[in-house]
Amino acid sequence: MLLIPCPWCGPRDEVEFRYGGQAHVAYPADPEAIDDREWSRFVFYRDNPKGRFAERWTHQHGCRRWFNLVRDTATHQIAGSYALGEEPPA
Amino acid sequence: MTSVFEQHPDFLWHAPEPRSSYDVVIVGGGGHGLFTAYYLAKLHGISNVAVLERGWLGGGNAVRNTTVIRSNYLWDESAAMYEHSLRLWEGLTEELDYDILFSQRGVLNLAHNLGDVREGVRRVNANRLNGVDAEWLDLDDVAEFCPQVNISPELRYPVLGATLQRRGGIARHDALVFAVARAASALGVHLIQNCEVTGIELDGGRAVAVQTSRGRIGAGRIGLCAAGHSSVVAAMAGVELPIQSHPLQALVSEVLEQVLDCVVMSNAVHVYVSQAHKGELVMGAGIDPYNSYAQRGGFHVIEQQMAAALELFPIFATAHVLRTWAGIVDVSPDASPIVGATPVDGLFVNCGWGTGGFKATPGSGWVYAHTLATGQPHELNRPFSLERFETGALIDEHGAAAVAH
Amino acid sequence: MMRRLAEGGAIDRSQERTVVVNGVSYQGYAGDTVASALLANGLIAVGASSVFGRVRGVVSAGGEEPNALVQVTAPWSEPLVAATLLELPEQALEVSLLPGLRGRLAGDDEQRHDHHHAHCDLLVIGAGRSGHAAAAAAVAEGRRVILAERDFRPIELAGDEAIALPRTTALGSYDDNFVTLVERVSPVRRRLWHVRAGEVVLATGAYERPLVFPGNDLPGVMLAGALRTYLERFAVAAERPAVFCNNDRGLEVARLLGAAVIDLRAGRTVVGVEDAGEDGLSVLVAPLEAPADIERIECDVLGVSGGFDPVLDLHLHRGGRVRWHEGRACFVPDGALPRQRIVGAAAGEGLPAVQAHWLLPGDESQAFVDLHRDVTVAELRRAVGAGLQSIEHVKRYTLIATGADQGRTAKTNATAIAAQLLGSGVAEVGSSTTRPPVEPISFAALAGRARGERFDPVRTTPIHPWHVDRGAVFEDVGQWKRPRYYPRDGEQMDAAVLRECAAVRGGVGMMDASTLGKIDIQGPDAAEFLNRLYTNAYDTLKVGRCRYGLMCRADGMVFDDGVVSRVADDRFFATTTTGGAAVVLDWMEEWLQTEWPQLRVWLTSVTEQWATVAVVGPRSREVLAAVVPGVDLSAEAFPFMSFVDTAVAGADAHVSRISFSGELAYEVSVPGTRGLELWAALWSAGEPHGVTAYGTETMHVLRAEKGYPIVGQDTDGTVTPIDLGMDWIVSKTKPFVGSRSLRRPDTMRPDRKQLVGLLPDDPALRLDEGAQVVLDPNLRAPVPMAGHVTSSYDSAALGRTFALALVRGGRDRIGHSLYVSQSGVTARATVVEPVLVDPQGARRDG
Repeated sequence: MLLIPCPWCGPRDEVEFRYGGQAHVAYPADPEAIDDREWSRFVFYRDNPKGRFAERWTHQHGCRRWFNLVRDTATHQIAGSYALGEEPPA
Repeated sequence: MTSVFEQHPDFLWHAPEPRSSYDVVIVGGGGHGLFTAYYLAKLHGISNVAVLERGWLGGGNAVRNTTVIRSNYLWDESAAMYEHSLRLWEGLTEELDYDILFSQRGVLNLAHNLGDVREGVRRVNANRLNGVDAEWLDLDDVAEFCPQVNISPELRYPVLGATLQRRGGIARHDALVFAVARAASALGVHLIQNCEVTGIELDGGRAVAVQTSRGRIGAGRIGLCAAGHSSVVAAMAGVELPIQSHPLQALVSEVLEQVLDCVVMSNAVHVYVSQAHKGELVMGAGIDPYNSYAQRGGFHVIEQQMAAALELFPIFATAHVLRTWAGIVDVSPDASPIVGATPVDGLFVNCGWGTGGFKATPGSGWVYAHTLATGQPHELNRPFSLERFETGALIDEHGAAAVAH
Repeated sequence: MMRRLAEGGAIDRSQERTVVVNGVSYQGYAGDTVASALLANGLIAVGASSVFGRVRGVVSAGGEEPNALVQVTAPWSEPLVAATLLELPEQALEVSLLPGLRGRLAGDDEQRHDHHHAHCDLLVIGAGRSGHAAAAAAVAEGRRVILAERDFRPIELAGDEAIALPRTTALGSYDDNFVTLVERVSPVRRRLWHVRAGEVVLATGAYERPLVFPGNDLPGVMLAGALRTYLERFAVAAERPAVFCNNDRGLEVARLLGAAVIDLRAGRTVVGVEDAGEDGLSVLVAPLEAPADIERIECDVLGVSGGFDPVLDLHLHRGGRVRWHEGRACFVPDGALPRQRIVGAAAGEGLPAVQAHWLLPGDESQAFVDLHRDVTVAELRRAVGAGLQSIEHVKRYTLIATGADQGRTAKTNATAIAAQLLGSGVAEVGSSTTRPPVEPISFAALAGRARGERFDPVRTTPIHPWHVDRGAVFEDVGQWKRPRYYPRDGEQMDAAVLRECAAVRGGVGMMDASTLGKIDIQGPDAAEFLNRLYTNAYDTLKVGRCRYGLMCRADGMVFDDGVVSRVADDRFFATTTTGGAAVVLDWMEEWLQTEWPQLRVWLTSVTEQWATVAVVGPRSREVLAAVVPGVDLSAEAFPFMSFVDTAVAGADAHVSRISFSGELAYEVSVPGTRGLELWAALWSAGEPHGVTAYGTETMHVLRAEKGYPIVGQDTDGTVTPIDLGMDWIVSKTKPFVGSRSLRRPDTMRPDRKQLVGLLPDDPALRLDEGAQVVLDPNLRAPVPMAGHVTSSYDSAALGRTFALALVRGGRDRIGHSLYVSQSGVTARATVVEPVLVDPQGARRDG
């Protein structure tokens, strides 16, 4: 049961949140202009590092807002959360 | 002195020093890697093979799963792959001369709503046409086959029926690892433990060697077989894989007198349970949602699992959870494996088995050995290529709502 | 033999207690455990061992007990409970010994156990000296403290913010200092604590471990510290004790008990133990260097001490590191986890120096490493001889340390002996992992109150009481209970559905559609937002009009559908499938917030804010007219796919002219609390027209007759809008989520599975939903399959059966025959257009 720091509501139990996978993956600006390979990268490929990972969560049973979080996938240690569109903490 | 629980032979495997190179190097000494090496030596005459294992053989998902074995997958490609594997299972005790306690006690998959019923009937019909044994059981048949399951209409989600694969069942995971490791070792395969791969050496776009904690090891072909760590090792060669690693928890009770003699699974009331040979109830829990390599999951997942189990099996109420644990499952976008070539010459991948890897163990090794021996996929694993994510020809066992375990 | 002393101990001799073992009553006192009461009554044997069937006795006085695990049979039922922890309750306690240590399940647990959630500044596990001191200091600083202790003795801890929990075991340690505890609130009831702690102090102490020597499994061979506990706490002692040890702590016990001493450090060892019956034990002692040079020591009990193992489960659960301490011969913590401290014996503090001799001389097949799993040194030697080098493999080969006792007395000995057999050090072989729970916990305690009706919430609509009153048969759709059909006297479902279908198409029917998901979409960019999500366009939708829409996932597969109404320039009202309500709202929020934050759009779920009734059939206009007098319901004034806002039965009402049956139809929505009144008003208005209530089954038949797919039934996550024949709804001029995926090679194949109708040659044969479509009736596995039946019904309107199916290249097969295989039977059917009733759409205007 992770303790997730919602940027708006503060630290809350993991069960209040929904996971959204890798952060900073933008929808292709012009999907029609890219080839199948590039499109498949957007649809199916996400980073899967062992270690530091910038990922998205939404406070499903709280403020319902999406935000980003940096978490270590090997230790589950959370470095911090930040708003969408912001750069991850150092 | 022998245990009444199980019996292992006096000798299992050798622990050689690694050679400077091998015809085939397999990265990952789990069940899939060991079977790949075994079949390379046994069926393809390639015994100059090393299996490199970071920790101890079979120390990952091979011994962290709930040992459910079945082949009743919906899609033709999956059914062919898993049925091939099940047929291999049916001969393993004899072939490996090792009692792996393979018990075809039947796998029951319960339906709790009309959607489940449709999906179950669809799967049974498809299975039969694919030569996979399958039956649809109505409520009375369910009660007869598994009297322990609660079929009361008062249940929050009453049981409406079930699919049954009688040839499905369970086996002893430790014994499977011991058996195949012994067989591979006897055929000359080098099983090298405490040997972590730290890099993959490319030469002109071709993978030629691995760097390891025990030095550089040259390779004619390299077969990645690292399950939850596949992304990590593939990245060493610059190969991206469409998989995500998640914790999947399971648990076991204390040793109990016989109370359940088949495997019961339920998708809607998330349960899968069997009673192992020793007498423990073995149950799987849900997958934790986030990416992780930590081999541990959330306690709430276990609590939900217990509530679900008691819905279907009130008789389990006083049993104790003795131990919980987690494996790291490598989940692909369509819940089907990826077995075949990578964009790097000489480098092959076998991953994405997600929650279904144990049942596939011999079959996965069999097709992967063929692929590594010939450089070409076998007909059985041809559809399970990386390219499918570009063409869209997925084998979507998620979408088909099949139970993944 | 041990006996109760006339005085002493922490028992309350004024309160007699009874324990019944295998039907025989024994007397004890308040403050006794089952184990102490048995020992006090001269019983030490507790049953046959798991493999060899050897008689075994109580070994410990605590949670490490490998032998004395009993089945509680009354006043509750529970398998494999450590007799050394089991307190004698006021009521007579009945237990049975378990030959083979195999538990029994006696049935459901009538007791319901509670779950409790708590936060604190400091959680201390263990109320021994170190733990109590840590807790008391924190209380003095004004911190909120929880102090949990497995033992049942009272704990003194004063403070407004202090919670002291005796009879409470910490089960597991999870990320971010989330720790689970189980409190034995009463002999029967458990309370499961979920504690989020600012800081955690582990003061869990250390377990003494036995020595491994031949005959070490005989009843009467016990841990030295246990002898001390039985003397000091329970006033139970043997007349002639002996102690075999390798450390000063063992010597202390020997002095306290007045026991004969065999000290390994003095070069003496035990090479055998013989059962001397009434006379107790005959211990065969010899010099380490001359094991054949035997002398005998006669005793009642032999206390053994092979050193101490810090209890570090909670540290290890989270991947905490340990290191081997050579002088104390045990694993000690190698630093603590963030915001945790390890204190006292758990940290290795105060543990005696140990002179370890792991592999002692004598018959290895009689020297037990794991009493619970019945594993000897001989078996360890065999494992190592088999080529195993990892302690994990050794454990799996021998089953050492995998039993219900968690292998507490076995682990370190097994590792160290294996290391010695391998010719390496213990540190190299390494510690083995430990996983939650620390102490076995019942399924029922983990499930808590999420049993029966509390397993998952039931959702019902405001109109539910009416359905119940009319004897509806319900279907579970997600958490909702929806009426499936309304049988009349003795009717089976098929008859009821035929009747309901005929009534709708021949007159008028009503259905509770309140479970449909409803989303209020507002903002100046709402139309653009919907354009991007739905396959068709919404900027062109006029205020007051409705449009059917499909949504795809990024992979181009159909994900949900519904009707979107434009309420104002900047406001839309979207419906979703019943099961899709939450998912679609989440989906919309995700795209809005994460991809298009610049769009000014706000989303609100209003599923439960509105109750919705569908009034369907050629007479529906007349029924509706009776409740909305003054509203022009003519086809011209109120055309198909439009809505009006008005009032019904005094409630604000939103009336849409949409149809999921091809009939003239209306959906009337009012605020949820007025749903039942709406239904009643419409029902009254409908009665003169013979209105019939119908359920989901009839709804499904009516829509299937019109070829309308149900997402999730006629689709399965592998179906595109094109596959459904819905090209007409897929915009070619604007991108939408998933549009790019429709241009991939596989999604453009002409032979994809497409939705078509099927008419079985036998008009009475209703195909199975889930039956497979084949092209060749000669079935020999593996048979190539061309698709499957997704929906299949008997149709009142057609006077025959029909089906919808996804068929490979199905649209090109229209007019041709194929075969359907179900349960081993093959039937021929003709592929037809999926719209079978009123293909011209003449009925929708009534």
